[in-house]
Amino acid sequence: MPLVNGGKIADDSFVKLAVDTPLPEGGDILVPAERFLGEAEALLKRGGKIGVIWPNNRDIAELVPYLGKIAVVALVFPSFRDGRAYSQARLLRERYNYRGELRATGQVLRDQFVFMLRAGFDSFEVKKQADAEAFMQTAKRYSVFYQPTGDGRITALHRRMQLRHSEGVGT
Amino acid sequence: MYAYDEIDRTLVNERVSEFRDQVQRRLSGELTEDEFKMLRLQNGVYLQLHAYMFRVAIPYGTLATNQLRALAHVARKYDRGYGHFTTRQNIQFNWIKLSDLPDALADLAEVGIHAMQTSGNNMRNVTSDQWAGVAPGEIEDPRIWSELIRQHTTLHPEFSFLPRKFKIAITASDHDRAAIKVHDIGLRLIKNEKGETGFEVLVGGGLGRTPFIGKTIKHFVHGRDLLSYIEAILRVYNQYGRRDNIYKARIKILVHELGIEKFSREVEEEWQHLRNSSLQIDDEVIEDIRSRFIYPTYEKLPHMPDELRQAAADPEFEAWRKNSVAPHKVQGYSIVTISLKPIGAPPGDATADQMDALADLADKYSFGEIRVGHEQNLALPHVAKRDLPALWKALDKLGLATPNVNLITDIIACPGLDYCSLANARSIPIAQELTRRFANHELANLIGRLHINISGCINACGHHHVGHIGILGVEKNGEEVYQITIGGRADENAALGNLIGPGVKFDEVADVVEDIVEAYLALRERPEELFVETVKRLGVEPFKERVYATR
Repeated sequence: MPLVNGGKIADDSFVKLAVDTPLPEGGDILVPAERFLGEAEALLKRGGKIGVIWPNNRDIAELVPYLGKIAVVALVFPSFRDGRAYSQARLLRERYNYRGELRATGQVLRDQFVFMLRAGFDSFEVKKQADAEAFMQTAKRYSVFYQPTGDGRITALHRRMQLRHSEGVGT
Repeated sequence: MYAYDEIDRTLVNERVSEFRDQVQRRLSGELTEDEFKMLRLQNGVYLQLHAYMFRVAIPYGTLATNQLRALAHVARKYDRGYGHFTTRQNIQFNWIKLSDLPDALADLAEVGIHAMQTSGNNMRNVTSDQWAGVAPGEIEDPRIWSELIRQHTTLHPEFSFLPRKFKIAITASDHDRAAIKVHDIGLRLIKNEKGETGFEVLVGGGLGRTPFIGKTIKHFVHGRDLLSYIEAILRVYNQYGRRDNIYKARIKILVHELGIEKFSREVEEEWQHLRNSSLQIDDEVIEDIRSRFIYPTYEKLPHMPDELRQAAADPEFEAWRKNSVAPHKVQGYSIVTISLKPIGAPPGDATADQMDALADLADKYSFGEIRVGHEQNLALPHVAKRDLPALWKALDKLGLATPNVNLITDIIACPGLDYCSLANARSIPIAQELTRRFANHELANLIGRLHINISGCINACGHHHVGHIGILGVEKNGEEVYQITIGGRADENAALGNLIGPGVKFDEVADVVEDIVEAYLALRERPEELFVETVKRLGVEPFKERVYATR
C-alpha cells in the first residue's frame, strides 16, 4: 500500500506492531493505542521514532499527554463511509495543537483526499496505486472553501471580506 | 434572489469537473459500483427501479427564471420532458443516463444550480419557508441565514461522511411552513430582548421508521454563534451517532437514547470550545450575504385595484383566488401558490413546457422569481393584485390553476413503487384516485383544509406521519397494504398521526378516506373546525367506528 507524504509517494520508515508483536531493537514503530497506553513509558524511552494507531471510537483526548513525544498519529477509516476520524483529526490539530505527522489509514481513496487535507491529515496510506499517483492533481481540484479549518486555507467568506475592503480603498 | 458571485460559481464548476472525473472512472471500471455509489449519492444520483434518478437542489426553495428554464432544458434534453418537485425543495429527474449526467450538471452550473448533497449521508439541501421575505409578520428574511448555512455545509471537510443523512430547516414566521419540527435541526428565527437576531434550536426531529418531533435543545442561540452551535451538534453526532444499524443512525435516535438533557450537555461542552473560534459570524459577513439578495422595487399600489374588483364576479376566478392567493407584506401585492396537483395526475410533476411558460409568467408578473414549497407546489412571490386576473387566465391555459391549494386534493406523495427501488407499495395511483373522488370543487371546499400525505414505504418520503390523513403503503404476504393515520400535522403544532385500525387493501383506500371525511363532516362542531381540530377534540375512536363498522 503506497504511502503519500508531503504530497508525494514516499518510503514508510515505520513498522506496524500488533498488540503482542515483540518489540524490535531499533527503528520506527507504529503501535496500537491500547498497547501504547499500557507501555507508554518503556516505549518512549526506546530509540527510534514512535507512532500510535488510534481507533475511531476512542476518545482522542486520552492521547493528549503524549502528543509532544510521538512522531505519528495514525487515524483509521475502517470504511470510507465512516467519517469519525475527520473529527478526531480536527481536534488533534485545532484543539490540541498536534504538529507531528497525522496519517490516514484504512480505506483511503482518492475522493477523500481534499476532505482529509482540510481536516489536518498530511500523510496517507492509500489503498490504490493509481489514487496515490493522482494525489497532487486531486489535492488541487478545489480552490474555494466555505469552512474555516486548521489548515489555514482562506474561506470564501473571508475572501469576500478582503475583496470588499480592497475595493473600499480610495473610494 | 441570491446572486452567486465568482467564488460560488468557481466552487460549483470545480464540483462538476470532479463529478465528471468520478463518472469517467466508474465507466472505465476504475471504480467499483460500491465505491461509486457513495460518490454519486453525494451528488444526488440514485439508482432507481428503471433508471438513474437525479435530484437537484433548490436551496431554501428560491428560483430565478433563468434557473427554472435550465431545469426545463434538463428535463427536455436529458430526461422525458418533465420533472418532479419533492417535499424538500428539490426537483427530481427520473430517466437520466449516467453518461449524460456530467453535461446536465454543467448546464445547470451555468445558472448557479447544483446537486451537491441532495442525497447521501451528509448535510442535505437546507430548506426554508417558501414565503420567506414576503410573508406578512415575518421577523426577518430567513434566507440570509439559510444561504450562510448552505455555504457552510457544502463539501464540509468533517461532516461529509456522517452516520446518516442530516437535514436542516429554518423558519422566521409564527406559522411554520418549513416543517422544522420534523428535521434533524430545526431553527426558528427569533429576537432577544435587545432586538438581536437569534434562533430557537430544535434537534432530533424526523419521520421514517421511528418518527420523532424535534425537541428544543437551546432557547436562544445568538446569530453570531449559529455556525459554531450547529458545528457542535454535528461534531457530537459524527462521533457518537450509531453506525452499526442504518435504521438507528439518525440523530433522533442518539438524542432519544441519551435523552435531550445529556445530549444538550455534550453539545454545550463542545460549543464552549468552538464559539469564540473563526466560526463566529461578524455582522459584516451577514451584510455581505444580504447585499447579494436582490429584492424587488415594489410600486405603491392600492389594496383593492379595479381589475380585482371586476374579476370577483367570475366564480371560477374567485374559487382559485380564495385558495391560491395569500397576503403579501407589501400592500397591493400577493403571494400566488401554483398547484402542481391537477385532478388525476401525479402530485408535484411539471412538464418542461410548463416550467418555461411559468418562467415567462414570473418575469412578467413576479419580478423574475419563483418559489418551491415542501407541499410540492410552486409559488410566485410578488404578484401585483391588479395582475391576478390576467395571471389566472394564463395559468389556467397551462393547466396550472387547479383551485385546490390546501384542500383535500392537494396531496403530498412520494414516487412510490412506480419509480422507487425502496418502495413496497404504489403511492401515485392512490393519490390519483383520491383526486378523482374529491374532484368536485364544492365538496372539497366544504371539507376545507385537509392535508393527505402518502408514502410508499416506511422511509416516509411522503411525510405520512404528519399528514392530517396519513397513508403508508407496506407489503404483506406479497400484497400492497395501506395503514391509515389521522391527526398528524407538520406546522408549529407538529404532531404524529394515530393509526385508525388495521391496514386496508389498495382498492379500499379511497373508500376509507371517504368514510373518514364523511365522519368528519358529521362530527365537526361548525364548518370552521378543521379536520385536525375535530380529530384532536374527539380522538381516533369515532372515526375508527365509522370506517370499520361495515368492514
